[in-house]
Amino acid sequence: MEFLQKVLQIYIDRWPWFLELIGEQLKISLISVFLAGSLGLVIGILIAEYPRFREPVMAVCNIFYTIPAIALIGLLIPLIGIGEKNAIAAIVLYGIMPMVRNTCTGLTGINAGTIDAATGLGSTRWQILVRIRLPLASGVILAGLRNVVVMSIATGSIAAFVGGGGLGEAIYRGITMYNPAMTFAGGFMLVVLALTCDFLLGRLEKFIKKKWRTS
Amino acid sequence: MEAAIRFENVTVRYGDHTALDDFTISIREGEFLTIIGRSGCGKTTALRLINGLLTPDEGHVYVRGTDVADSDLIRLRRSIGYAIQDVGLFPHMTVKENVAYVPSLSGMWNKAEKEEKVRPLLEMVGLDPELMKRYPDELSGGQKQRVGIARALAAGPEILLMDEPFGAVDEITRRSLQTEIKQLQNRLHITIVFVTHDIHEAMMLGDRMLVMDAGHVLQLDEPETVRKNPAAPFVRELLRKESEEEG
Repeated sequence: MEFLQKVLQIYIDRWPWFLELIGEQLKISLISVFLAGSLGLVIGILIAEYPRFREPVMAVCNIFYTIPAIALIGLLIPLIGIGEKNAIAAIVLYGIMPMVRNTCTGLTGINAGTIDAATGLGSTRWQILVRIRLPLASGVILAGLRNVVVMSIATGSIAAFVGGGGLGEAIYRGITMYNPAMTFAGGFMLVVLALTCDFLLGRLEKFIKKKWRTS
Repeated sequence: MEAAIRFENVTVRYGDHTALDDFTISIREGEFLTIIGRSGCGKTTALRLINGLLTPDEGHVYVRGTDVADSDLIRLRRSIGYAIQDVGLFPHMTVKENVAYVPSLSGMWNKAEKEEKVRPLLEMVGLDPELMKRYPDELSGGQKQRVGIARALAAGPEILLMDEPFGAVDEITRRSLQTEIKQLQNRLHITIVFVTHDIHEAMMLGDRMLVMDAGHVLQLDEPETVRKNPAAPFVRELLRKESEEEG
């Protein structure tokens, strides 16, 4: 109980600092999710339309996804240094894979009869993509994006160790000053943030699925 | 009279399998042609050559005198109605949007027009226009088929291609859909090419029926003639089955 009181005290004493950390965390996440999301969407669409690039592109994405976050951050230091940029680059490289995979799976997993009808009725390739494939794949694509968001919070907090900013900094500082209440305060905040984002995106996913009648 | 659709020595191969073998037929303007045969006989292949979903390995397919190979496929397809077995209704669009799909592709109808244009189409296929705002998953099998036909007819095509369009509905619904498509064709005078594996359906609907086997024409004649003089053992077999079912 005493410990939790300490944690609460930290929140009360340092709330402007925590707000700042949350702000940083969200900023890093937003930028990197936007980049990974749009890049992944475009790549996913391209490999769905041009199947012969599918395998090599997925292989590269898989490699990035397999590298442990801390290793990726370390590898990026000689290339782009430390700080926010490093965190964003790491999250983008990491986040592209689920986005590409889900986009491609969603676009290619549509009932063949639906595509056949759309083609036979005289849709252009672009019309099939925009009017049929993308709306029907939106549920799967959004699930990928949700994945990227949660991952961005996880990876973003590790990036604090290389000066990336965000709530990971509270944990980092707590460790260096041997202040367990501080590490807990930072960690707990991260958990809440991750769960909230996931919950909100889950709701959005449900809404879209209902709207587009996709599964 | 110019044939609506003409196949000239068409051969289509899928790897080692020959789906159509030196296939030549002529489909008349305003004719209801049914194509019957066992699965794999090439009937669907023949149908899909007409709107360029498939291209022949050899030979030519002419639609209204123009070689499909030389046609603008997008434009050709928009001028040909197309209805398929599992309907292929777009699940994320309402009945209205589904029916208005082809005209909306070419910007033929504006948004405000849609409703008043879709209404008579739904009535024509025997559907309550109130269904307009429903989604396909809220419709019965028979209703879906009707929406599929309304969609195929929306742009006022002169040719309608149907690939086992009534395959997925129950017997009673199928009978009434058959009666209605026949009446519809009498009224609209369009050319209909209708693929089926049901000999009764082929006989009842077709002005002429084409019996196919292994990529060849076995017989192309009026249903009565086919009934009286089945040209091949395979046709006799189908007819015998039919009479057994009815008997």
